[in-house]
This record gives sequence, C-alpha cells and structure tokens, in this order.
Amino acid sequence: MIDFPLLSLVTFLPTVGAAFILLIRGEEAVVARNARWVAMWTTTMTFCASLAIWFWFNPSTAEFQFVEKKAWIGGGIDYHMGVDGISLLFVLLTTLLTPLCVLASWEAISTRVKEYMIAFLIMETMMIGVFCALDVVVFYLFFEGGLIPMFLIIGGWGGERRIYATFKFFLYTLLGSVLMLLAVLAMYLKAGTTDIPTLMNTGFDVSWQRWLWLAFFAAFAVKIPMWPVHTWLPDAHVEAPTAGSVILAGVLLKIGGYGFLRFSIPMLPEATEFFTPLVYALSVVAIVYTSLVALMQEDMKKLIAYSSVAHMGFVTIGIFTFTTQGIEGGIMVMLSHGLVSAALFLIVGVVYDRMHTREIARYGGLVHRMPVYAAVFMVVALANVGLPGTSGFVGEFLVLVGIFRVDTWVAFLATTGIVLSVAYTLWLYRRVIYGKLEKAELKEISDLDWREIAVFAPLIVLVLFFGVYPQPLLDVMHVSVANLIESHDMAMNGGGGVARLGR
Amino acid sequence: MPTVHAVPDLAPALPEVILAVVAMALLMLGVFRGDGSTRTVSWLAVAAMAVAGFFVITGPSDGVVTFSGMFVVDRFAVFMKVLVLIGSALALVMSFGYLRDEGMERFEFPVLLVLATLGMLMMVSANDLMALYLGLELQSLALYVVAAFKRESLRSTEAGLKYFVLGALSSGMLLYGCSLIYGITGATDFAALSAALSGGGEVPIGLVIGLVFLVSGLAFKVSAVPFHMWTPDVYEGAPTPVTAFFAVAPKIAAVALFLRVMMSPFGGLVSQWQQIIVVVSIASMVLGAFAAIRQDNIKRLMAYSSIGHVGYALVGLAAGTAEGMRGTILYMTIYLVMNVGTFAVILNMKRAGAMVEGIHDLAGLARSRPLMALAMGIFMFSLAGIPPLAGFFAKLYVFLAAVNAELYALAVIGVLASVVGAFYYLRIIRIMYFDAPSEVFDAPVASEMRVILAAAAVFTLFFFAYPAPFLAGAEAAALALVR
Repeated sequence: MIDFPLLSLVTFLPTVGAAFILLIRGEEAVVARNARWVAMWTTTMTFCASLAIWFWFNPSTAEFQFVEKKAWIGGGIDYHMGVDGISLLFVLLTTLLTPLCVLASWEAISTRVKEYMIAFLIMETMMIGVFCALDVVVFYLFFEGGLIPMFLIIGGWGGERRIYATFKFFLYTLLGSVLMLLAVLAMYLKAGTTDIPTLMNTGFDVSWQRWLWLAFFAAFAVKIPMWPVHTWLPDAHVEAPTAGSVILAGVLLKIGGYGFLRFSIPMLPEATEFFTPLVYALSVVAIVYTSLVALMQEDMKKLIAYSSVAHMGFVTIGIFTFTTQGIEGGIMVMLSHGLVSAALFLIVGVVYDRMHTREIARYGGLVHRMPVYAAVFMVVALANVGLPGTSGFVGEFLVLVGIFRVDTWVAFLATTGIVLSVAYTLWLYRRVIYGKLEKAELKEISDLDWREIAVFAPLIVLVLFFGVYPQPLLDVMHVSVANLIESHDMAMNGGGGVARLGR
Repeated sequence: MPTVHAVPDLAPALPEVILAVVAMALLMLGVFRGDGSTRTVSWLAVAAMAVAGFFVITGPSDGVVTFSGMFVVDRFAVFMKVLVLIGSALALVMSFGYLRDEGMERFEFPVLLVLATLGMLMMVSANDLMALYLGLELQSLALYVVAAFKRESLRSTEAGLKYFVLGALSSGMLLYGCSLIYGITGATDFAALSAALSGGGEVPIGLVIGLVFLVSGLAFKVSAVPFHMWTPDVYEGAPTPVTAFFAVAPKIAAVALFLRVMMSPFGGLVSQWQQIIVVVSIASMVLGAFAAIRQDNIKRLMAYSSIGHVGYALVGLAAGTAEGMRGTILYMTIYLVMNVGTFAVILNMKRAGAMVEGIHDLAGLARSRPLMALAMGIFMFSLAGIPPLAGFFAKLYVFLAAVNAELYALAVIGVLASVVGAFYYLRIIRIMYFDAPSEVFDAPVASEMRVILAAAAVFTLFFFAYPAPFLAGAEAAALALVR
C-alpha cells in the first residue's frame, strides 16, 4: 500500500528513545527528569505512529498489510513484518498502555529512573515486535527478548520478594519457550522457511502436529497463563512495580493468546482439534479454581492476578471454539482485559504510592476521602465483572455464545466463573471503598491528582466506549478471524466445514 | 600419495613458521635483556600473532597438503586458526595489567603463549595422527607451565601439577588409541585412514576401542564430561589471565581438532561414534548447568560454564553433518567473544590492588560501574542463550542440526539444561543489578581492557543485525571438513 516502513518505525522508535536516554549525563535529578520526558515523548510518538497504521489499515482483507521483507540471516529466515486484523489491535493496545505506564511511574519510581525508562522502552519494542513479526525466528527473538527488560524491571524496582518473583517469571517463561524453539526448528526443517504465511499453508503430518502443538502449547500456556502453570503470575504481579504489573497483565499475557491464534490454530489444525478438550478442561479449571482462590486473597494485587488467570481461561475457551463469536469474543476479552486489568493495577498503585501497602484489610472507607478514586474504581470493577455497557461484557458474552454452540457443559461451568468474578471483585470494592473511614493513617489520604486522572481518563473512556460500541474493534478483526476459521475448517474437512462458519 | 620433497613446501605453513621463529627470537631477546623487556616481548608476541593471522587469511585455503600429507590448510583450518589467534592475542593483551600488578612480569610468559598458540595452529591443521599428537603436546606442555606460572602461589602450582598429571594421562590414552588405530589399519595419515575405513563392511572391534580411547583423550582436552574433573581446579588455581587464555584459545583449537578427527578420517564411521558424542554432550550440558549453581567463585563458575558450553558445541558434532559442523564452528566463534568479554570484566575485579574472585564482590556493580555492569549483563544473558544476543544464535544452529539429524532426545535435554544454566547466569546479573553495592573496584580500567570490553559487548549485542557473514564463513569451513 505505502512503501514507508511504518511497522519497523513503530517497533524500533522506543529503542531509539532508549538510546537517547542512555546518552543523558549529569546530575541525578536532572537525568531523572529528562529520562521521564524523553520516555514520555517517545511512547506518545509511538502511539501516534501506531494510530497511523490503524488509519491506513484496510479491514476488508485478511492479507497481511504494511508488509516489510528484507534479507536477514538467509536460508529462508528473513526479516518479515506485517499486521492483520488480529495483530493490529494488540499493537494498538501496547502502544496505548506504554505511555500510561510511563506516566504512572512518574513519581512512583524515584531511584535509577534512567535505567527504568530504558528497560521500559526496550520492553515496548519487544512487545510490538512480537505482534508484528511474520517470521517465526523474528517472533521468537522478540518473544524471548522481552524477558530481559521485564526481568530487570521486576527485579530492580519490585517489592520485597522481587528476586524470587523475577527468577520464577524468567525461568518459567524460558522453559516454555525453549521447547517452542525446538518446534520452530522442526517446522523450519520441514518447510525450509520460517515465514509465517508460508508455514500457515504448509500442512504438517498429523503425527508430527501433535508434538509440535504440545511444544507451542508449552510456551503459550505458560505465557497466557493457563492452570496449572500459572503460579509465576501471582508472584510476578505482586512484586512488580505498578507499571510492570500493568504491562504484564495488559500485554504480556496476551502474547500467549495471540500465539494460539497465529501459530497453533492455523499451522496445526488437526492437532488443535485433537487437543481442544484438554484446553477446555484446563480453562474451566482455571476459571473456577482461580476465581475461588481470588476470593480468599488478602493482597489486592494477588487478587487481580488470579482474576487475570480466570479471564484468560475465557480467552482460551473462546479461541478454541473455532466459531466467529468465540474467537472474536476471545480477542475482545483480551483487549478489554488489557484495559481493565491495567486500570486495576493502576488503582492499586494509587493507594500503594500513598500507604505503601497492598493489604486489603489496611484499607476501608476510602470513598469518604477519595470520591473520584471511588468512582474510577467502580467503573473498572464493574468492567472486570463484565457488566453490560463495559468492554468486559462484549467479550465474555461473545465467548459464551460461541462455546454454548459447541459444548453446553463447558459453557455452564464457564458461566459460574462470571458469578464468582462478581463475588470477588465487588467484595474487594466493598472492603476497600465502603464502610467507615476508621483507620487513623487513612484520615489524611488524598484523592487523585491531575496526573493520575490523566492516566485513568483514557482507560475509562475506552472501557465504556467499547462496551457500548465495540464495532470499530470487531470491524478490524472480523475478516481476519473469518479467514482463520475458514482455513481451519478447510484443513479439517476439506471445505465441508463452511456450514460451520455460518453458525 | 603427495609428492615427497627433500625440503617440504613451507608456504602453507608460513604462519606456523613465523610463530616458531618469533618464539625463539623472543626467547633470546628476553634472555639477553632480562625481565625488564617483558613489555616489549609481549607486544612483539601480539604483533607476531597478528602477522601470522594476516598470512593465515591471505594464504592458501583450498585444501593444500604439505609435509607428506601431515599438514593441511583448508577453509576450516583458516577459520579456526583466525579464532585461535584472536583468542590468544586478546588473552595476552588482557594479561598485561595483571602481570604488572602481581609482580609477575617475566618474559617467559608471552613466549610460552606464542609456543602454545603454535601448537594450537598445528592441531588445527593436523592431517595425520602423528601431527595431531605433536601439536597437542606442544600446546599442552606450554599450558602446564603457564598454569603454574604464579610460582609462589600454592594454588597456582597445584593447578599446574594437577593439569600436568591428568593431561599426561589423557595424552597417554590418546596415544594408545592412535596406536590401536594404526595397528588395525596400518595408517596414520587421515586421508589413508579415511580411504581404509570407507570401504564398508564390518568395523573391526579393535578399531572401535582405539576410537574410544582417542575420543577420551580429546574429550579431556575440551573438558567434556566425564573427563572434566581438572577444569574447575585449574581454572580456579591458575592466574586469572591464564584462566582467560585457557577458556578460549586452547578450547577452540581442541574442538577444531575434535571436529577434524571425527569427520575427516572417521567420517565414514559416524554411526559408531555418534552415540558416544551424544552421551558426552548430554552429560556435559547437564553437569555444567547443575554444578555451576552452587559456585561462589567466579572462575570456578566459568569453568563449569565452559564445560556446559562444550556440551552445546558437541551437539553439532553429534549430528555428524555439515550443518552440525557449521553449528559448532559458529558456536565456538561466539563463545570466543563472550568469554573474552567476561574475563575482561573478571580481570578488573580488583580492590585495593588485590584481585577478588567471589561473585558477591560484583554486588551493586550496576551502580558503581554502570557500563561494565551493562557489558557483563550482556555477556551473561548471551551465555544463557537469550535472544536477541549472540549466544542465542550459537545455540540455535547446533540445535537445528540436532533436530535435523533426528537426535530429539539430545535436543530436548539440551534446551532444558539451558534453562537450568540460565539460573546461574541470572544470579550474577541479580547480584550486579539488584543487590546493595559493596565496595567499588579499583579505577581506572586500563584502556586496552576498555577497548576489548566494548568490542566484545558490541559484537554480542548486535550480532543479530548482521549474522550472515559469520554464517557464510562457518558454512564454508564446515563444507571443507565434510567432503
């Protein structure tokens, strides 16, 4: 369409910003201030550039757009970038959340600001790259490369048990992804290329597919995360600094779901079909079990972390229904959760910055001192529950519609998760916001300042807007999702499955 | 049969000739001028290695044979010789500051290093079991001496003695293997061996036993499990610049020799030795990963790290294909850079004029020396094999070969071991970045160290941007090996 390498620009612009920050010298206070501003400008510019992608994106085709292809390693491994209706939305989510994270870290991070901002900007490059890559090796580079800055962010600026948490995060994810690497190598040897569009049409032996699928599953199930390999998430979330939690919940988890959509389903259709009951089972367990666990949490961040695992259970169920509603619903849940969980972590961050505790019992009656905060929290809490009118509803509803047509029992069990999510979210809200303001240390707590309102405003607006009118997002993804389902059905029963598309 | 000259054609061996002559000349210079000339001798030695490198690159590279077929120069030899020379020269340059501070400025040191390097070049070019042994022994004898070079230190002399005794044992095994092979086939020349063994049919059991002895000797030299026991003690006991030298040049030369011996004369017997290499490789990767976890001495840790990395390099050899050779050659190239960089940091771990070796001495390095910590962080992530750093590509290509050769168990165990291994590299990063600072290291960092450190870090960090030339070079070298 246009020749300008827009995707590379969006991907690597944050790295350029990081390089600038690296060059800043001088007094510590000055360096910190400049680093903050450079990071802010860079991420904002990246966001604007990504809006340009959306503007010029043509939603009427499932083809990859803004494609760039350059010779790189050779032997079928090239630098290949491009977006379709699925990945574009995740790119936008990433570029939206990162400037908010920078803004949220403005005062919360006071030590080694320069290093922090560099790590964050590099993190952004890695995340955008994951979604734009159209070559498995390029994808893998960004996928695992993202571990390095996140490791440093959690370990360097996290809470008390940050070392344990960051090691667990790193090693869990690495364990999953090295197995995926072997699968990538096997695919490369079979197809002679690591080009993703080519691999989607290669068609691997059924006996091979199962092994490859399991290897990919190891990587994505850890990343998303699915029960029982989710245990790194509560630790990482709790110990990470606020902005780190936001990125973890908002974007990194989505890489797992994106991986299923980009690799497992289109490249390994038979194995995907074969393992679908497994995915359903694990997802249902995740939804019910982690929701119950969330009910019992004393730590706000831990509660949100378990709630994330439950929400991701909806995502995997939706994706593996292979129905239009299910997959679109899964993507919507991911996008909505990206906004909502980000907002929830920021909400925890606000009171944490003031009181330096995340223990629910230490709060109560905040509505008396912080009315704006209480209002923001309420909108976000209701969105987390999936109340109609918020973006959370759209996704969960579509997922349930999709799964209901495939398997009523799974649908039934998944629905109980929604009830439980109401229980733990509203109970959290009640304990923190309502009641009498009795605790002495809370008497002087201040409401949101302008910077914090600026962080929340876009999230709240988007959560409500897409709750009422999700069409812009659905329009972008629709053709790509339809194409995904069509090719899946073609692979499964040679075109006979078109009937299923219409369901 | 190659033509027998009265005087063999020396042209292909010009780099070796230069090093031999220079080593003798420098020895004379040192003897007549005393220890005050150490600096001069050292720089001349580095210059000699550079000149040798120049002649390696410009010299023949298309499989020229000389010395009645005992010495071969092909693309593989050229590639590995360049690596060896770079490793030796950098290790020598990095030793300057240490030798001066520790009062060890003796002219024998650079001369011994030149002799060891000469031995390594001969190993790389060996085309005969005899030539192989000569090169190996010349190298080893020089190394035994430099390991014990800190004469007044008990640890250093112990390291040297231990290395000597075990090294002699392994040389004996290797020689015994050579003699068995000679006894069965009646040849020591690689070409003749290859011809004798490619006929097919039953492989005599004596030959297999000879091969096992030969592999054992070579496994000792590359410090692969189960012949690794000397490595941690020698690495820890030897003076640090010597450890840096051990970690790179001899390892590259020994791996090169390993590749040539297995592929050139015994290339037809892949099915016979593949199992052995697979087992050795798995054992090395696993032991290297687990044993390093508990180490608190950075030199000891790097010893276990090197055992693990040899395991990964051998994954390529285990595949027994040109692809595998390419993987191993590339692995050694990247390994060279990462290790030189890491040891450049270790050599700067100095407080109040004394070297410190505990990994906890690195605490808070990110605050006291941010750039050095950044470089060390890059090397550690790279050694762990995390993309997009160079170490990832090294692992990528050996595992690619393993998967292609259908060695799935090897590949799976290998990647899992790399996760375990990542733990101890991360531990060092954690100490540097997350722990409270301990005392600051001595400043300033010598300028030659800065250059080496920066160059190694830049290479490791940006390898992903332009890997094609290195891959092409490794591929050409591999193809020369697998004819």
